[in-house]
Amino acid sequence: MNDNKEQDHWLARPSTIRKLWWVFSAVLALTVVAQVFIYVKGYFGADGWFGFGAVFGFLSCLAMVLFAKGLGFFLKRDEDYYAAGDDDV
Amino acid sequence: MFDVFPPALIMLGGALLIGLTRGHLRNLFVLGTPLVTLWAVWQIPDGVAATVSFLDYMIEPIEGSPVRRLFATIFAVMAFGGGLYAFRQAKWYELAAAYIYAAGAIGVSFAGDLITLFLYWELMALFSTVVVWCGSTPGSRAAGIRYAIMHLLGGVILKVGIEGVVVHTGSIDVQPMLATNFDTWMILIGILINAAAPPVSAWLSDAYPESSPTGSVFLSAFTTKTAVLALILLFPGEPVLVGIGLFMVMYGIIYALLENDVRRILAYSIVNQVGFMVCAVGIGTQMAINGAAAHAFAHILYKALLFMSAGAVIYRTGFSKCTDLGGLFRTMPLTAVCGIIGALAISGFPLTSGFTTKTMISQAAADESLMFVYFMLAAASAGVFLHAGIKFPWFVFFQKDSGLRPKDAPWNMSAAMVLLSVLCIVLGVFPNLIYDYLPYPVDYVPYTAGKVLFYLQLLLFSGLAFFLLLPLMKRTLTISLDTDWLWRVLAFRIATKGYVFFASLGISLQTRIGGGLNALRNRAEMHFGSRMPKAGVFARSWPIGTTALWIAVLLTGYVLVYVL
Repeated sequence: MNDNKEQDHWLARPSTIRKLWWVFSAVLALTVVAQVFIYVKGYFGADGWFGFGAVFGFLSCLAMVLFAKGLGFFLKRDEDYYAAGDDDV
Repeated sequence: MFDVFPPALIMLGGALLIGLTRGHLRNLFVLGTPLVTLWAVWQIPDGVAATVSFLDYMIEPIEGSPVRRLFATIFAVMAFGGGLYAFRQAKWYELAAAYIYAAGAIGVSFAGDLITLFLYWELMALFSTVVVWCGSTPGSRAAGIRYAIMHLLGGVILKVGIEGVVVHTGSIDVQPMLATNFDTWMILIGILINAAAPPVSAWLSDAYPESSPTGSVFLSAFTTKTAVLALILLFPGEPVLVGIGLFMVMYGIIYALLENDVRRILAYSIVNQVGFMVCAVGIGTQMAINGAAAHAFAHILYKALLFMSAGAVIYRTGFSKCTDLGGLFRTMPLTAVCGIIGALAISGFPLTSGFTTKTMISQAAADESLMFVYFMLAAASAGVFLHAGIKFPWFVFFQKDSGLRPKDAPWNMSAAMVLLSVLCIVLGVFPNLIYDYLPYPVDYVPYTAGKVLFYLQLLLFSGLAFFLLLPLMKRTLTISLDTDWLWRVLAFRIATKGYVFFASLGISLQTRIGGGLNALRNRAEMHFGSRMPKAGVFARSWPIGTTALWIAVLLTGYVLVYVL
């Protein structure tokens, strides 16, 4: 299984990854387009809008990542932060 | 007295036999005990099945009900899965401790009164600490001590509440209540500490990742989920739980996103998942309680599966950080596939157990017109996929080629992972297997085309967000401060400062008081002392004549005063 660049696992080859992106994009598009044919019940109005799940999922992830990133500026510490002041460990 | 044999005692007995036996016989007890326990769990009828008189109280060590059996079942199944996963790798005392810990969880499940509940609760606290210690590193030793302090403190708070309820109401029954007075608040807080609710959520991500690769599988299952059961039994519909649950859901996601250690990511996602359940208990409708119970059942399976997958990686490579791992799918395909199944299940992908159970909670929020809760849970579902569903498998099994070429998991670890993977999918494809055993009749259809489409959009576009935002998620060699900073650093600093202050205060007092005492002593020496060159006035020996004279004078004085 040890490999040089040419013989890397098929899943790790750039060509495969490019293809995967195409497939993934097609699936994404399909899930949105499918809403033309499939009725999504909205409990609060907005969640029944066309493509709401897609937009909401994407935006909430964006918000969470950015929020975590921002919080990280204040909360991130070196790995041995606790060990440094602790003779016991 | 006893109509049935207590399942918890079978588990306890098995744990003792694990310690007493060796070799194949021990393996037999490791694998057999949970199965016998499972059988015993299903022998327990509804209602109180055993009573014992203790002091003036009627103790009900076994009380059956659908939700109690459901939790005891999953605890027994989990003990089997964990035992299978661990029996060739873990030390015997880790297995024994884990089984006593499981016995505690099963005991709590059937506890009909608060005293029994408390006893098993503490049994869990003690032996889960031992499991943490079985990590056998300086880090696990310290984390175990912090863990024990937190849980014993929680136990004391719970005990205060139980005492209060017993004294003020005279009832020791486990029955629904609301947090309306001091006693019930204490019980609620005691339970919430075990559920890893804020502000002490940090104990979980502090302790679990320090345990051994096998120990964390057991730890992930019992403590928080018995707390969920206790909430279902004691505080259904308690409004404060909705807010606490939502906070936990978001806290788990944000911290998991910042984290580098694989098992710590999974630990944060336990808090996140338990948040869903706590929120559901707070909503408190039949649909919500069903959702909480079903989700707990499904969660134990896929979370243990994820910890197994992570544990196999750590067991084979010795690394636990995203920055050290990557590309392991090449040589650990089975571990990778099982990890991905667990990741899909936790994200609630259609056809997995997460979808059929978690969506019940969202449905309950929608039925109650709780718009904010509903949208928060939907955002959280997307977030779960982000932090656990993709992040975990991506950074461990794909990402970059770390150059590591470990062997795949040992056969028993693989068997346990396959077992749990199958269960995750079976419960997703045949949800009635679990719906039929929920506390209330289920009026819910998970697989409608609209619902599936909505969640597919939600999850797949979260996936898109993950890969587009990958540069922002580059792992760093850091940890994130949490509320445990308050007691690990701030409290320590205050204690150190306090110690220095009081020590210097003591020294200055000593010099001052010491000076005063010295002067006093010198004066006393002057009057009473006999060792000076000239003895003190009270220490001298006086001639008899002088004494007689003074007595005569005193007597005369006395007579005069008396006569006058």
